[in-house]
Amino acid sequence: MKNEKNLAPRPGFVLDVDRTSPPVLFHHGDTFKLEKLPAGRSRVIYPPEPLEGLRDPDSAIRHALENPIGDSEPLSALLRPDMKLTIAFDDISLPLPPMRRPDIRQRIIEAVLDLAAEAGVDDVHLIAALAIHRRMTEDELRHAVGDRVYDAFAPSGRLYNHDAEDPEGMVVLGETPHGEDVQFSRRAAESDLVVYVNINLVSMDGGHKSTATGLSGYTGLRHHHNVHTMRNSTSFMDQENSELHASNWRMGKVIRDAGVKIFQIETTVNNNTFGRSGPLAVLQKREWEWSARDRASFVAMQKGLDVMPSSARRQIFNSWEAPYEMTSVQAGEVEAVHKITTENVYKQQIVEVEGQTDILTMGLPYISPYNVNSVMNPILVMCLGLGYFFNMYRGKPLVREGGVVIMSHPTPWEFHSVHHPSYIDFFEQVLADTTDPIEIERKYEKQFAEDEWYIHLYRNSYAYHGVHPFYMWYWGSHALEHLGRVIIVGGDSSAVQRLGFQSASTLPDALEMASDVVGPQPTITHMKNPPIFLADVK
Amino acid sequence: MNAITSSLGKARSFINKSGFPYRSAPTPYGVEPAPVKKNTGSDFNTDWARKYPARLTRAMLIEGFMRPAMKFLADPHISGVDRLSGIDGPVIFAANHHSHADTPLLLSTIPDPWRHHLVVGAAADYFFSTRVGGTISSLVMSAVPIERTKVGRRSAEMVRDLIDEGWSLIIFPEGGRSPDGWGQPFRGGAAYLAIRCGVPVVPIHIYGTGKILRKGKSLPRPSSTKITFGDPLMPDEGQNAKRFAEKLETAVAALADEASTDWWQARRRAYSKTSPDLTGPDAGGWRRIWALGKNDRRSQRKRWPDF
Repeated sequence: MKNEKNLAPRPGFVLDVDRTSPPVLFHHGDTFKLEKLPAGRSRVIYPPEPLEGLRDPDSAIRHALENPIGDSEPLSALLRPDMKLTIAFDDISLPLPPMRRPDIRQRIIEAVLDLAAEAGVDDVHLIAALAIHRRMTEDELRHAVGDRVYDAFAPSGRLYNHDAEDPEGMVVLGETPHGEDVQFSRRAAESDLVVYVNINLVSMDGGHKSTATGLSGYTGLRHHHNVHTMRNSTSFMDQENSELHASNWRMGKVIRDAGVKIFQIETTVNNNTFGRSGPLAVLQKREWEWSARDRASFVAMQKGLDVMPSSARRQIFNSWEAPYEMTSVQAGEVEAVHKITTENVYKQQIVEVEGQTDILTMGLPYISPYNVNSVMNPILVMCLGLGYFFNMYRGKPLVREGGVVIMSHPTPWEFHSVHHPSYIDFFEQVLADTTDPIEIERKYEKQFAEDEWYIHLYRNSYAYHGVHPFYMWYWGSHALEHLGRVIIVGGDSSAVQRLGFQSASTLPDALEMASDVVGPQPTITHMKNPPIFLADVK
Repeated sequence: MNAITSSLGKARSFINKSGFPYRSAPTPYGVEPAPVKKNTGSDFNTDWARKYPARLTRAMLIEGFMRPAMKFLADPHISGVDRLSGIDGPVIFAANHHSHADTPLLLSTIPDPWRHHLVVGAAADYFFSTRVGGTISSLVMSAVPIERTKVGRRSAEMVRDLIDEGWSLIIFPEGGRSPDGWGQPFRGGAAYLAIRCGVPVVPIHIYGTGKILRKGKSLPRPSSTKITFGDPLMPDEGQNAKRFAEKLETAVAALADEASTDWWQARRRAYSKTSPDLTGPDAGGWRRIWALGKNDRRSQRKRWPDF
């Protein structure tokens, strides 16, 4: 009934920049910039418009539970009174930004628990499958699973965060043919049924990775969260060419062979990140389609943000909840489910792009998977740009080998001391020594991973695991190997220097600096992201 | 005053000199312009007209102005209201259509609990062709835009949503006012909506409004009217919209017969399938007008002297 939803969503497209093209919006942390790209040799990739969400998500969920995909019985047939049931769900890193209530996880978990109640199941545990991410707070858990579920299970200790460092709570189920240890939550391993509730924001999410990574710990993760795997995942968003994917699938097979029965529920969302209307809607519109109101709200927002202290800006953006809508839900056997989920992700996100570019530009936003309700520190800037954005391709990287990536972000030398304690030491000690991922992995990883203090903070406070900043660095190792230079525009120059990158004050300066590497008159491609898209590079 | 003018002039000058985002950006060469959201026709958003302030305004207009005006102009004789007693929940009221007076007459005669929870299906291309017209139609008549050339998915979904929310719908299945006093064949829209929404359809026959304000006239003149409510109809299992539309048309024809004769005669003719046709004889020009006079048994007047 809303008029703005009446028009069919348009696919993403590539704009060839000419002299009449307007300046392009760049995200710049918690502010924005309008940048004019050189005419005749630049192009801008615009994401597809949000697909329509499911009209009745609750009915769709019930239908999916009773009509499973692949070799699986309906959920109701798998439930019996004397069973051990574990419901695991994605943590705070999905979706980004957090979505408006009711969260998809709440809808699904309530539907699953309804069936469990009908079947008379008593022994039910709910686990936030966060691997070595920080623990979720009560507010965050309530947001994800809803108050009804939280109040019913958390007080009695049956709703909790996964603890990958609990010696009693973890078990090694076996080894893959490649010699990879498969470490798993003991509660999940000893359950008669594990129901996994997933939100698939990008094509890397879901499948066996949900459990093989989400319910694992350092012993298991080190086999695929490493430089070798990342450099052989081209990209890790492309399942056909991802070593990360292959490793998780091998581990998934070990989990299955160990007798763990998993009923996988996967969902996809559209890319309605900033809303079709509202204060941030302008951020997902194409510049030449900005109405007078959009332009006025953008100018007001930009001017307002410019005069605010960064803590106030962060608070404003951290309070934004995306009006994502569920576009599909499928349940049943892990691999069969994930195949359809991936197709649905592609339906929303794929943009076809012809050929590579010399320089890839990107405006990095205020959020990454690891700084929800937190600070975007320099390591996360690197991970978001070179880990996530760079890898948002299928086929070939958007930028040619030896090319340049220019990222726009303030990159402050700032850390959240509760969430990211090991990041601080990684930045101060490790990066001061070397930025080479192989060297870092060889020399420092084990020391940080096994540090008692970091383990204590991970288990008892709200800290990411000691080894987590290493993984962030490895996430960008494919890009570091591929690129000739990385330049950050508008960043804190000392922080940028510590990362091993070059700092530029303005985009024209950065383009000038890049020409040392790629030659004069280089081709430029800008990723207008978020909302998220996946470039299918021919 | 001079200071304000000067400030405005400076602001205008600043905007004129500035580029994007102070001024709009042109659509880049080779890019298809975004489809324009018209907010007219079937795109007109009427959500606001069902919010409480608009409903209160409309209730005041209906009770304070429309009802007395219709009492004066149309002097309505209402029958068959008892046939609605078994209905619980929203319905579709489907009536024949002769005049712009039909809608206010129905809005002021349909009984509670439906009267103030009604929306009127109005031609999107006529009532909603401009924003002003659409706003007035939505506010005064609680009109919602319906594509009359077809029942588009959007119209159908909108109506289904409204009915799900508990609103009843008035619709004129003929798709427009009678051009010559005879009825027109019923289109499938009302029937389609009833099947899709799973709600009963109440057939209504309106007699006499053509004399108040027939098509082509702009000034009303008083005349008596009769409104007859029929038994609610539900589509049969598996019945398609075309067949159900025919059933509706037959029901309204039987009500027309009842209004011009009496219930018993009308029922007998209905069962023997000999109810007078609403659409008149298949003839052109004066013969249809002549037949209309002969058919109008309520105002049977001698058109030719007896010698």
